[in-house]
Amino acid sequence: MSLSHQAVHVFPLPVSRAGAESSAVRRVLVFVAVSFVALFVAVPVAAVFAEGLRRGAGAYFAALRQPETLSALWLTGVTTVSAVLANLLFGLAAAWAVSKFAFRGKNLLLTLMDLPLAVSPVVAGLVFVLLYGKQGWFGPILSEHGLKVIFAPPGIILATIFVTFPLVVRELVPVMEACGTEQEEAALLLGATGWQVFWRVTLPNVKWGIVYGVILCSARAMGEFGAVSVVSGHIRGVTNTLPLHVEILYNEYQFQAAFAAASVLTILSLLAVASRHVAEWRAKSAETSRKDR
Amino acid sequence: MTTRPASIHGASIHELVTAARAVAAPAPRPARRTSLASTRGQIALALALGLGTAPASPALGAEPAKLLNVSYDPTRELYADVNAAFARSWKARTGQDVTINQSHGGSGKQARSVIDGLEADVVTLALAYDIDAIAEKAKLLPADWQRRLPHNSSPYTSTIVFVVRKGNPKKVRDWDDLVRPGVSVITPNPKTSGGARWNYLAAWGYALRRPGGSEATARNFVAKLFKNVPVLDTGARGSTTTFSERGLGDVLIAWENEAFLLSREVGKERFEIVLPSVSILAEPPVAVVDVNADKKKTRALATAYLEFLYTEAGQEIAAKHFYRPRSAAVAAKFASQFPKLSLFSIDEFFGGWQKAQKTHFGDGGTFDQIYQVK
Amino acid sequence: MGLTLGYLAFIVILPLSALVLKAAAMGPAAFAAAATSPRVMASYSLSLKTAVLAALVNGVFGFVVAWVLVRYPFPGKKVVDALVDLPLALPTAVAGIVLTTLYAPGGWAGKALLALGVHVAFAPAGIVVALVFVGIPFVVRSVQPVLENLEADVEEAAASLGADRLQIFLRVVLPSLLPAWLTGLALAFARGLGEYGSVVFIAGNLPMKTEIAPLLIMTKLDQYDYEGATAIAVVLLAVAVTFLLFINGLQRLSSRRGAAV
Repeated sequence: MSLSHQAVHVFPLPVSRAGAESSAVRRVLVFVAVSFVALFVAVPVAAVFAEGLRRGAGAYFAALRQPETLSALWLTGVTTVSAVLANLLFGLAAAWAVSKFAFRGKNLLLTLMDLPLAVSPVVAGLVFVLLYGKQGWFGPILSEHGLKVIFAPPGIILATIFVTFPLVVRELVPVMEACGTEQEEAALLLGATGWQVFWRVTLPNVKWGIVYGVILCSARAMGEFGAVSVVSGHIRGVTNTLPLHVEILYNEYQFQAAFAAASVLTILSLLAVASRHVAEWRAKSAETSRKDR
Repeated sequence: MTTRPASIHGASIHELVTAARAVAAPAPRPARRTSLASTRGQIALALALGLGTAPASPALGAEPAKLLNVSYDPTRELYADVNAAFARSWKARTGQDVTINQSHGGSGKQARSVIDGLEADVVTLALAYDIDAIAEKAKLLPADWQRRLPHNSSPYTSTIVFVVRKGNPKKVRDWDDLVRPGVSVITPNPKTSGGARWNYLAAWGYALRRPGGSEATARNFVAKLFKNVPVLDTGARGSTTTFSERGLGDVLIAWENEAFLLSREVGKERFEIVLPSVSILAEPPVAVVDVNADKKKTRALATAYLEFLYTEAGQEIAAKHFYRPRSAAVAAKFASQFPKLSLFSIDEFFGGWQKAQKTHFGDGGTFDQIYQVK
Repeated sequence: MGLTLGYLAFIVILPLSALVLKAAAMGPAAFAAAATSPRVMASYSLSLKTAVLAALVNGVFGFVVAWVLVRYPFPGKKVVDALVDLPLALPTAVAGIVLTTLYAPGGWAGKALLALGVHVAFAPAGIVVALVFVGIPFVVRSVQPVLENLEADVEEAAASLGADRLQIFLRVVLPSLLPAWLTGLALAFARGLGEYGSVVFIAGNLPMKTEIAPLLIMTKLDQYDYEGATAIAVVLLAVAVTFLLFINGLQRLSSRRGAAV
């Protein structure tokens, strides 16, 4: 069994069992859960907005319109999209290979794929410096050809891919395993080609795994700080991602602007999570209407 | 490694070439910050005057040049001003537009980035040791780089002072007060911060200079001082924030320029600056990174940029940002801002940065020993 | 398949082997000296303790959050659900700055806690707070989907056989959630062990007291001591991987037993 011993929910079950515990127990548990999330997540996040808006909405938007903030936002966008695309393609291929075929060393492969989660972000940055830095393995070859990897966007993207590497696969493997191979086999028997099977059968079945994996992956890619910090070079307006720019603003005593920029990241990730709920709700209502017919 | 000819004036041929190219090249792109309204105005004006008259000052510009200055943390405001002033003066001299990109961070970290391939044309760091490292480990500039520009390649100096809370409630007057029980001192980690190393050596030098001072008493003094330190931030700015925003500590040991900046940015009514009886002469050095500059064909520009720091205009900007200028004339003009202090240099007491680094901040050095003893 | 392996090799195996080889090039004596000096040992112990503690806090409360999100309807549920992912997206430096602002002696949470005699910021407790924050999504998101897929009939069968709620929870629900819960714990722990950005702001970074291992890696790097840095990095990596493998083994064991029953 892989580490990712989890199956992604397709639709929440109707809460028929909700009445199992006494209402007192339920209330206590809800209270505990809500206060935990409030204390550890909501309060810090609210503080970000409060600090960002401390000098009013005008200052807030002025801070966001600084050219350097915009270029950092742009770089973060490019990095996130590239990392998500790369990991999505790989995630699909890897999950397909792992869940539909049996082969030796499968467990090892799965553990290897989880490895980046266990690596300190600082180390994640360091390894790319060891590889592509001027004193690193490939440094001399790269500089001969005038290619820049670290201290340039490619290095930032590479480090981000590394850090977010397992997030899509981890979501996909369990779902694909849960789906089994019967449907695909049936489709093949009916004369479908391999691509058709993939597009028409496999992909729709793992839709939710993909959606959730992409959300997690983009959230983490947007916010990554440690690894990117090591390979960025911190050139203002050129290789600063938004998280790095937040730190720079903070170090320049521009506290309000720093938190304004940070709040953008918060909003983006909230949007990502919200989009998942919308998609789920749509699918659910589509499902119900189909059932009704 | 062969020594290169001193490049201060040696680059003049290159400079001429650049200038010649500048004259020959086509018009530059319009200035970046033209507002929409004024652009419209210009267009309207142009239409009124006749067909497509080019806007005024049809430049002798060359292709816009780019320079990357890799610097340490507290110089952000300084170089923002220097860059603007230099770009103007360069444009006036050669007609070429120049954009100077900045990278800031801890001095050691910045040097490491350059060693690992960050293509800095010039480095402006907190201590000579970090530029030595670039010369030694990556061979990007000659080992005698520090002799290429006047004053040990440090166009400005600074020193280490104390910041206390308004009214100086703990009555901190000099270094001795920092080791008193009950006085809480904020300074960054000398292992990760260049500024913190100056702080450390300033305290060490003070103890050494006292009557009866020796290596042993100095070690004792510094150990006692660090007993009073509740937080070691990784950088000078981190310590400043801990002191000013978190309200921790009675004294902040800081760069003189950081101390002034703090009282200007956060408010004079909250802090006071205390000058100790003696302190260290901190010389933040600058250098052209030869290999990168040659590769990017920016050596003339990079050299001119650093020389600009030594000009009257450059020195005034430095002084405005609370760095002590080298120029006597500018120093006289800002005399009231920089009180006279008894300063000792690192060569005097510590035999230069290479030695100081090894003795105090290397693995198992005096700083490590302070924390080994339980 | 080839693509999978190639990509995996390029992104994960190649970089990590560079790390291990760099450390191996030091020779055992130098490696041991760099990786086991007293200050480094103190930082391991601190990093381990705080990461374990934070993982446990997340283990308990994350479980409750997941349970409540799946089983009970309550107002604002969607909001809580959405908030759980935020620590992933908030840059760790921002998290560190905000938490320090809140928990420093002058911050409002810090003030209240100080009145009770509890130091959070610039003390080990502050590190735990930061690690709890970054680890929240892992436990919740590991347990939640499994809980949602749990078949109702087993619980109902147990109930019809006369088991009370607690018995059902302990004997039926908990065992089937255990693997997912352990996974979440392991991930939260691994993340905590390596966390840097948020911790340096709130920890205080005093050698032997509040200095975490990843900070020592940074410190060594800033002194151009790549070997020393990789030595510590390799130790951290080994601990995290061992832990992951251990949990992996536990899981396999429990799923096999589950299959046998």
